[in-house]
Amino acid sequence: MFIRQRSNKAFLLMLLTLLSLRSYAEGGIIEVCSTCPIQSIKTAIEQADEGDEIRIHSGTYREGTIVVNKSLVLTGLDYPILDGEGAYEILTVTAANVTIQGLHLHNTGNSYLEDRAALRIKRQKNFTIRNNRLTNTFFGIYLEKAGNGIVEGNQIIGLAENEMSSGNAIHAWHCRKIAVKNNLVIGHRDGIYFEFVDSSQVIDNRSERNLRYGLHFMFSNYDSYSCNEFWDNGAGVAVMFSKFIEMTENLFIQNWGRSSYGLLLKEIYDATILDNQFLENTIGINIEGSTRINYLGNRFVRNGWAVKMAGGCLNNNFHQNNFIANTLDLVVSSKINNNSFDGNYWSEYSGYDLNYDGIGDVPYRPVKLFAYILDQTPESIVLLRSLFIDLLNFSEKVSPVFTPADVLDHQPKIDILP
Amino acid sequence: MFKIFKYSFFDLMRSRWSLIYAAFYFLFTIGLLWLSNDLSKVVISLMNVILILCPLIATMFGVMYYYNSREFVELLLAQPIRRSAIFWGQYFGLAASLSLSLVIGLGVPFAMYGIFQSAEIFNFSILILNGILLSFIFSGVAFFIALRNEQKIRGFGLAIVAWLFFAVIYDGLLLLALMYFRDYPLERLAIGASLFNPIDLSRILILLKLDISALMGYTGAVFQKFMGTGIGMFLSLSVLLLWIVVPGWAIRWVADRKDF
Repeated sequence: MFIRQRSNKAFLLMLLTLLSLRSYAEGGIIEVCSTCPIQSIKTAIEQADEGDEIRIHSGTYREGTIVVNKSLVLTGLDYPILDGEGAYEILTVTAANVTIQGLHLHNTGNSYLEDRAALRIKRQKNFTIRNNRLTNTFFGIYLEKAGNGIVEGNQIIGLAENEMSSGNAIHAWHCRKIAVKNNLVIGHRDGIYFEFVDSSQVIDNRSERNLRYGLHFMFSNYDSYSCNEFWDNGAGVAVMFSKFIEMTENLFIQNWGRSSYGLLLKEIYDATILDNQFLENTIGINIEGSTRINYLGNRFVRNGWAVKMAGGCLNNNFHQNNFIANTLDLVVSSKINNNSFDGNYWSEYSGYDLNYDGIGDVPYRPVKLFAYILDQTPESIVLLRSLFIDLLNFSEKVSPVFTPADVLDHQPKIDILP
Repeated sequence: MFKIFKYSFFDLMRSRWSLIYAAFYFLFTIGLLWLSNDLSKVVISLMNVILILCPLIATMFGVMYYYNSREFVELLLAQPIRRSAIFWGQYFGLAASLSLSLVIGLGVPFAMYGIFQSAEIFNFSILILNGILLSFIFSGVAFFIALRNEQKIRGFGLAIVAWLFFAVIYDGLLLLALMYFRDYPLERLAIGASLFNPIDLSRILILLKLDISALMGYTGAVFQKFMGTGIGMFLSLSVLLLWIVVPGWAIRWVADRKDF
């Protein structure tokens, strides 16, 4: 009796090992197409075992909401279309270790009750979402309490018309350690949205013509974004209520409009902003209530306002940045200033350098009186670059009355920094 | 009229002052191009110079030329020629020669630098166009002032005041008005007021190209329409042309009634 029980147990163990070997090793392949034995993705998922790959051949699949509840690889061949018919969320992932690649998700329709997304990862880890196309979706990829995942090489193109009735292309909420790489996001409310997302990276993406922000951080800490391009969004990037964000080598271009910024910083702490380029934005960087931030090696070229700093900004350090041909280089609204602006290149600097050390001998005063006037009466923008305004600016420069006297670059560079 | 235009034009082109004027622009532009190596920055610097210098030189030249050619005019008046032909001929001769000096002075260095292959060609042509329009407008104003005043000193004085008014004082008054009435919606006032000053108009025309990122930051709908669409450029150009037509007619009106 005793022996038999043991052998039973041994048999069970062997069976389990075999099973697990099967699922975690090579995994079977299930083909789905209109002429295959299995014609529906749902059936394929039902029949699949953990670790299998489902290959979906090209065609159009209308199956409502497909729930991926096993660790599978879903591969699309020649971009099969999964149509939400304007009424369904298309893919919901409720298992870990899922890979979704090469699919074309289309037409989810809007739903404000459920934040409908084309693809949703629900409380899972180790996902990979690669090289998919999403068109006409409300939310594109929605990561809900997910972690350790990659979203890479996707094209998410929407037709958002106004902020109230549109979703975000890539939306991450309560996530950790995710990487968003090489995606193209166009025409949503926010291109990429991070809320309570920690230790994550956003690299090499291109975000265009989104209504609100190209990239949006809320309450997210220890993240970094680099080498991204932000064109013609409501504002390029908004970083709000976040700590320890690193921003490097991004490009912010032509974010034009009434409240358009290249970069909006609001209530953030301990960030580093390194080697970015701000070209032709209405406002390059708009800073509100942000503390301990270092701006190094950035280029501001032909922006309306290169940097606009509202009150409550402490210990912001601008060093070795290039300010070239901006309409206004800097506006500092608060009277008290402990931010430092030393060692930058300002194309409007007109001082001299007698000892040839590359540093101007006269401090540069980047805040102009006209910036102050413009703040009080915005209509006076029609007087921009007028001789009278130049005279006013000059007299203010000689003896500052309205502009903060201690906002100075004590070591302005003579030549453009590399 | 064309004959008189031709006489005035060639007479002026041969004069030392036209040469100096062209040479000044030539050297200045070469200097800027040589120093800065960045076409768009040079265009911006030249814009400031042109907005101040073109009207100033045109006013001074206009008054000077009228008083200096007084005897020639009296001779012509004795002939059976219409008065409008005489004065318009002289006026256009003067304005055209000033414009030619400007075009040569600015154009040659830029052409040598290779403006035709660069993306700045459009901004540059706007600049040249503005210079020409301003020369025409302010020599017209100067002729009008000189015709109205027989006394040279008074004429010169008034011409300088006119220039000063348009170049500096007008903007000061406008700014004061804008600041004083800032609780009211002022968009229309701001744009409307700039239409009455040719220097402001040309400035806005250039701003529309160079500072569009800043201009788009203003919130008003009227501004957005004016700045953001072709309307701004179209309106500015047509009002500038009006600024040539109106002094032109005023010259004729005064000339026809004046007792020489």
